[in-house]
Amino acid sequence: MSRLSELFKKQNNRVLNVYCTAGFPQLNSTLQVMESLQANRANIIELGMPYSDPLADGEVIQSSGNVALANGMTIDTLFEQLAVMRNTIHIPVILMGYMNPILQYGFEAFCKKAKAVGVDGLILPDLPLFEYENIYGKTVQENELDFVFLVTPETPEDRLRKLDSLSTGFLYAVSSSATTGKDKDFSKVALYLQKLQAMQLKNSVLVGFGIKDKETFNAVCAYANGAIIGSAYINALSKGVDVNETTTQFLKAVLS
Amino acid sequence: MHSFNKTINYQDPSAEGYYGDFGGAYIPEMLYSNVETLKAQYIQIMQDPEFQKEFHALLKDYVGRPTPLFYAERLSKEIGTQIYLKREDLCHTGAHKINNTIGQILLAQRLGKKKIIAETGAGQHGVATATVCALKGMECVVYMGEKDIERQAPNVARMKMLGATVVPATSGSKTLKDATNEAIRAWINEPNETHYIIGSVVGPHPYPDMVARFQSVISDEIRKQLKEKTGNELPTHVVACVGGGSNAAGAFYHFLNEETVDLVAVEAAGYGVHSGMSAATTQLGKPGILHGSKSILMQTADGQVVEPHSISAGLDYPGIGPLHAFLYESKRGTFTSATDKEALEWAFHLSEIEGIIPALETAHAFAILPKMNFKPTDVVVVCLSGRGDKDLATYMQVMDMKK
Repeated sequence: MSRLSELFKKQNNRVLNVYCTAGFPQLNSTLQVMESLQANRANIIELGMPYSDPLADGEVIQSSGNVALANGMTIDTLFEQLAVMRNTIHIPVILMGYMNPILQYGFEAFCKKAKAVGVDGLILPDLPLFEYENIYGKTVQENELDFVFLVTPETPEDRLRKLDSLSTGFLYAVSSSATTGKDKDFSKVALYLQKLQAMQLKNSVLVGFGIKDKETFNAVCAYANGAIIGSAYINALSKGVDVNETTTQFLKAVLS
Repeated sequence: MHSFNKTINYQDPSAEGYYGDFGGAYIPEMLYSNVETLKAQYIQIMQDPEFQKEFHALLKDYVGRPTPLFYAERLSKEIGTQIYLKREDLCHTGAHKINNTIGQILLAQRLGKKKIIAETGAGQHGVATATVCALKGMECVVYMGEKDIERQAPNVARMKMLGATVVPATSGSKTLKDATNEAIRAWINEPNETHYIIGSVVGPHPYPDMVARFQSVISDEIRKQLKEKTGNELPTHVVACVGGGSNAAGAFYHFLNEETVDLVAVEAAGYGVHSGMSAATTQLGKPGILHGSKSILMQTADGQVVEPHSISAGLDYPGIGPLHAFLYESKRGTFTSATDKEALEWAFHLSEIEGIIPALETAHAFAILPKMNFKPTDVVVVCLSGRGDKDLATYMQVMDMKK
């Protein structure tokens, strides 16, 4: 059973997935950030692989990606850093990124390497369903990686069911159609999440985009299995001096 | 010589938007509904007789079509062949871009959209979008690279005068690529009321096909006009500059499936193809994904998109439309390039020998003519995609330096 399946079997509410860009704030801070997130009760770590043109992300995450790229982060370097992560990290780790750098690395080589270093799953927001089913999905499955699809309030029901059936690990519910880092109107989000709840989906649902603090985390956890925090944590890391101290304070505030 | 495969229909992508291996719709789920609606409806809307009637009436009475096909006598003599200029520079707003924006604004109305967003490089597409938004009373926001805002000031002023909001794109290279990123983000953030008018044959399916179809009026007219002038509707060559590739797609479209017609695409070589300051995508790029489609893309070994360089903002783009990537890879098209310097020289030369001041983008297409070894019997159509008013500041600098 995958680490993600085990996690959701054990804990199916208030699951906290925290996003951080690999190689941010420093090239070699990746593992320190991960260890700090784990120590401060994050349940899943989502590592962003920086890309020059991250369409689905807002300004905050894009800036952190630019910093990481300027620091010299590449997929190769990231895998070198992650090669020792399973000595200390026992919670699920997901890689999030865009297709182009992965295609240049080689999709199959990427999946193999990800599996080898102990990565549990992938989120690739610009890999469409059609191409996943016809080309790439097989390689993901052969390497026993979970694959998480995104759904939005505009996703029609039949498509939502299909994305749920193809997703493993969990389903990523975008709180509204928007890039990361924008404020949301939570009454609308609640209605949408109630609709998802009523659909009795195969996967646990984690809500992302607009989750930034205790209040928003609690609000979506009333209707979903947990949430994903990205931009708010990156912001905190940008302003903070020490990774451990910043992470401790940030997660304490969210989970208190 | 180009190669040609009779079993391929070069005009039409597959149902999923592929030209060979290139195309598709590599978009985040947040854009799915919008793009799917377009995909499901664009052909039907475009083929509706009412739509066609309104589209062609506006092209005729507002844009000023058909644009002339002009036999360039002095240029023909100099090059030693027969050269015809397709005068897209005479379109309202000064370039071919408006053919597409007229089509898309009518489409946006039929989709019930209230607001239009667009990206622009040289500002020609931004002006063409602001123009049709004014015509139809729709809100218009244009994303433009900060660097392009500086070098294309007259077009920025025109957009503002036409009532558009111009938003600077400040990320990355601050040019067309980044303006496109910002426009796509804006669309993700307000998908329901907004239609995104992409200005070139790039982006997720169905944009490349849709824009090519709207621009295909160029080659439709060329065929008829050439028949009138020469008795034969097929030229031997069609030459056009390529950034994303919209004027080339329009000029090539009705010749794509004509084996005898050589389609010559001219990319911007900047300081020189291998100078490190170039935008010659097919020469320097590899297959990759940018702005929602798989195509040829200038990128690092790690798959990060490279910042291109061209003196012309409209060609300063690290990608190329998937149709063109396919024409390049299949060798159906002939791909070549011209440098900044050559383009500048030809902007002046064309002005002097034909009395036509071309846009810097367009000047690239002329710069390759002496190198093509045309025969005296060849019939060469050059797509004169835009006029040079917007580049006067650059041209004035060159004249100052010559003093």
